[in-house]
Parts: sequence; C-alpha cells; structure tokens
Amino acid sequence: MEAGTITPAGGRSSESLQRSPAARLPDRLLRWGLTALAGGVIALIGYFFVKLIVESEPIFQKVGFLDFLFTSDWVPSKGLYGAVPLLAGTLITSAIALVLGVPVAVAAALYITELCPRRIRSPLTVLVELLAAVPSVVYGLWGFFFLIPKLGPAERWFADTFSFVPFVGGSVTGPNYFVAGLILAIMILPITSAISREVIATVPSEHKEAALALGATRWEMIRMAVIPYARGGIAGGAMLGLGRAIGETIAVTLVIGNAPTVGHSLFQQGYTLAAVIANEFGEAASDPTHRAALIAAGLVLFVLTLVVNAIARAFVLRAERGQRAARTPAAGMAA
Amino acid sequence: MSALALPPTSARRRRADRVARGLVALLTLVALVPLVLIVYYLLKQGLSSIGLDFWTTDPTGSFLGSPGGIKSAILGTIVMVGLATAVAVPVGVGVAIWLVELGRASRFAHAVRYFIDVMTGVPSIVFGLFVYITLVLAGVGGSSFAAWKGSVALGLLMLPIVTRSAEVVLLLVPDTLREAAYALGAPRWRVIARVVLPTALPGIVTGVLLAIARAAGETAPLLFTAAVVNDTTFNVNNRMNSLPALIFQNVGQAQDRLVQMAWGAALTLVAMVLVLTLLARMIQRRSRLS
Repeated sequence: MEAGTITPAGGRSSESLQRSPAARLPDRLLRWGLTALAGGVIALIGYFFVKLIVESEPIFQKVGFLDFLFTSDWVPSKGLYGAVPLLAGTLITSAIALVLGVPVAVAAALYITELCPRRIRSPLTVLVELLAAVPSVVYGLWGFFFLIPKLGPAERWFADTFSFVPFVGGSVTGPNYFVAGLILAIMILPITSAISREVIATVPSEHKEAALALGATRWEMIRMAVIPYARGGIAGGAMLGLGRAIGETIAVTLVIGNAPTVGHSLFQQGYTLAAVIANEFGEAASDPTHRAALIAAGLVLFVLTLVVNAIARAFVLRAERGQRAARTPAAGMAA
Repeated sequence: MSALALPPTSARRRRADRVARGLVALLTLVALVPLVLIVYYLLKQGLSSIGLDFWTTDPTGSFLGSPGGIKSAILGTIVMVGLATAVAVPVGVGVAIWLVELGRASRFAHAVRYFIDVMTGVPSIVFGLFVYITLVLAGVGGSSFAAWKGSVALGLLMLPIVTRSAEVVLLLVPDTLREAAYALGAPRWRVIARVVLPTALPGIVTGVLLAIARAAGETAPLLFTAAVVNDTTFNVNNRMNSLPALIFQNVGQAQDRLVQMAWGAALTLVAMVLVLTLLARMIQRRSRLS
C-alpha cells in the first residue's frame, strides 16, 4: 500500500487519479460520523458514572461515606442506612457461586477439550452453553418453587450433622445464602466454562504430545501440560463469572429471603446490593434519602464489578500475551 | 530397540489416571443436571397452561376467576426489544466499524474499547437504575414509566454485546479483500459498505441475535422503566408489559393460578430465547469466516 511505489506513468498524472472534493465528502462524513459515535459511547459511560455519584450524594452527606459502608443496620423507615448486610450478602453468595461453580465449569471444559469422544464434543458444548440462554427470572422461578422445597431437608441434615463447622450449624431457613449461591453457580457455569474451553484449546499440542511421549498418563498430561499453561485464562474466566454473580439481581432476589441482616450461617436468609435495589425502588420514589441510598448501593455494585472485571481482563490479557510469547521460539526457550 | 521401551506405567499412576478422568467426567455430568431439571420442570409446569388462548388474551388482573393469558407480555417484549435492537444495532455496529477500520490502534480507540468492556460488565440493574434516574424520575417525554425508556435500558445492555461480537468478526475479514477494493479505486465508505460488511454479515447477525436473546430475558431494568400492566398497548410512551416482568410479578403473588401463569410465560420466554440462540449458532456455523 506504499503510495510511493506507484509512479504515475504514461502521461496519467496523479492529479487525474485524485478524487474531487465532492467525491471525498462521503468518506469525510463517514469518518466524522463514526468517530462521533465512538466518542458518544465514552461520553455516555462518563455521564453514567457522574450521574450515579451525583445522585447518591445526599446519602453520603447524611450518613457519611464510611458509615454507609461499615454500619450494619438497614432500616429505611428509621432512616438507618448501613450497607454491611447487603455487601455481606453479595460477597457470600458470590463466593459460594465461585466455590461450587468454577470446579464444575473447568471440569466440563477439560472433559470437552481433552477427554470426550469427538462425536459428542459439539453437542456437549451446546448443552453447557444453553444454560446461558435461560433468563435470570426463570432461574429464580425454578429456584423458588423447586430448589428451595427440595433442598430444605438436605440442608437441615447437613447443618445438623456438620454443626461443628463454622457457619454451618444452627437454624435453616427456606430461602438462604446457600440456595442463592447455588443458583449463581449454575448461572456462571456457561461463561466460565466457555472461557476456560477457549484457553485450554490454545495449549500447543507440542506440549501435550511431549508430556505423553515422556510416558505421562492422560491425567498427568492435563495436570502438567494443560493446566499450568491455561491457569491464567481459567482464573480470568472465573473472575468474569464472579462479575456476573455480583451483579445478578432477579434470580437472587427470589431465593435469598430479602432480610436486611447478616445471617449467622450459610443456611440463613440475607440480602444483596442488587436485590435491595430491585425490591425497594418503588417505596423509595417518595423519599429522596432512601432513593439516594439505593443509588449508592448501585454505585457500590458498579465499582465492585468494575474492579472484578479489570482483574479478569488483566488475567486473560496476560494469558494471551504469554501464549503469543511462547509461540515465538526464542521467547519460548527463555520461558 | 528394546532399550527404548519405557517401563510400564505403574498401577498407582494408572489408578490415579482413571480416578481423575472419572471425576472430570462426573463433574461434567453434574454441569448438565441443572439444565435437565429446569427444562423438565418448565415442561411439566408450563405445558398445561400454554395454548392459543393463553397467548392471545391479556391478563385479566382480577382477583378471582381466570387470570387470563399473556398476550400483552409477549407483544410488549417484542416491541421493547425490537425498539432497543433498532437503535443498539446500528450504533453498535458503527462503533465496531470505527474501531476496526478507522480507529485501529490509536489511543482513542483503546479508550473506546476499554469503555465498551466496562459497559459489558455493568450489571443490568445498574443500567435500569440509571435510566430510572435520568428518564423516569425526570419525567422525560411527559410520562414516568414508559416502554421506550425500557428500550433505552435494554439498548444500553445490548450495545456492548453487539460491538464486541461485530469487532471480532470485522477483524476476521482478510485485509487482501480490502486492499483489492482500494486498488480498484473504491472510496473507503464503498469498501466498508460493499466489501467488509457483506463479508462479515453472518457473524454480525449472530452477535445481534445473541444480544436480542439476552435482552429478551432481562427483568431488572424493565421493572424500573416500563413497569408491569395488564393491557396490550403499542404506545411506547405508556407503561408496557413484558414476559420477564410478568413472571417476576406473579412469583411474588401467593396464588396458584398466577404462579401457573408464570410457568406458562416462562416456558414461552425460554422457547423464544432458545430459538434465537439456536438460530444464531446455525448462522455462525454457515459463515465462511472463523
């Protein structure tokens, strides 16, 4: 595409090849139009962030920023806005989702890419990804009418039998942290599994063949060649799942019980940042302080997901960069 | 040659291999259990309530008697998602074209990519909250809750999905195609409109369908913006019903008839989303790129 390599020959001057200003207009319009569009996206997100901060200002003025985050009484009718129960609920349910969901997601990814017969590979992939097609409210509906009643006895048995384990013993309520975490685990499964699968598929076959040639069994090959190589990407996938879990609203609202307290065990009801917004925005319309408190909850939620997603992106980027380096021989040697 | 033969793998290692592989297969099976259970329960609970009558009558909202059907919710979902698509797709694809064809590796392009990434991660309820503050509370357009405000929230949700998927596909269009068109003297807009976009179209359509499927199932942003009503309306400045909002509303009511209706609506919604998702996969498989 070097312009200099083409010399105008045979009397055709470069001027005659040049487009008239009128003919260049559509290109200009396109360039400016699309650039404006791209700039608009940035402006929109900027406005979005500023708007959330400005609108949540009243609550920080009234209760104080630290008190909002670190006191634990959420009683809007008495003007008490301490977000600890909400934060705790969000973090507890997301942690349960990670603990239950990630091993299953990674196992499914490993099985699909490394172990399963070729014939069932693509049907299996589609089946796992279909979980992503189920809307959140349907998960909630299912959790409310199926999971809560069916899991109840098992939860009570577990709480009684392992009551010596911290945060397990004690009374069991129908809707609770564990059910919400379990639903979230199912919901983050497809994304975590899809990213893990993509990363595992990039492991060079040389590495795997080398392990097998040295006499490794299939599992040893996975453990020594595949997992170390894909670890960063898998962590990134898990973090993206975490981002989803933190922001999930409707399914959690239906199964967590919506009690603004910090439960004493996994099997007690609680509340999350997202659920409180969904439940209370109606009554908050007439009370500016309450509304600001909910917007502040949204702001905290936004910042949390922002941080988690930034970490996820760093993991995935580093995994990709590492792979690019490994593909060029010299860098591969050095590593 | 016999010196090259490896010693046989020890029984312990073989056992570890078998156990680990069995465990991985078992966990994969576990991953499929929820899907089976959800589909089973949806069919078991939902099949009895769906039918032509169910899809073609509005919810009655009466405390006693027949709860009616879900017509207004189906149409509302279609109208609001359609409106969101009509705005989010041109903008999303436009931004993707700008990123790939014009912005490329400039600092501004990196910033745009970063912000699109941020947008992807924003929980849908926060978008709903944002639209609630800026459009609903402010009463823009002379109404509080309105269907078009729901569409704005859904559009915000769809935009990054469309852009990201379109960008990936546009990057796959071979540079040789672009160069050939430029060499023939085509101006840039013509290269984009006649060469790049048609080549990338199946991939873009796939991304759009997945974004639509995602938006159709969203509840949280609609509760804040379009609210829930019973009657069918096509006036986008009015409150409008939608399938997810109707389901959420009905779960909260402790009445079997309404819960039954929620199951029927859920089955309908899942079927709609599933068709879109499978269609997207089929188009993706047919595509020449990727």
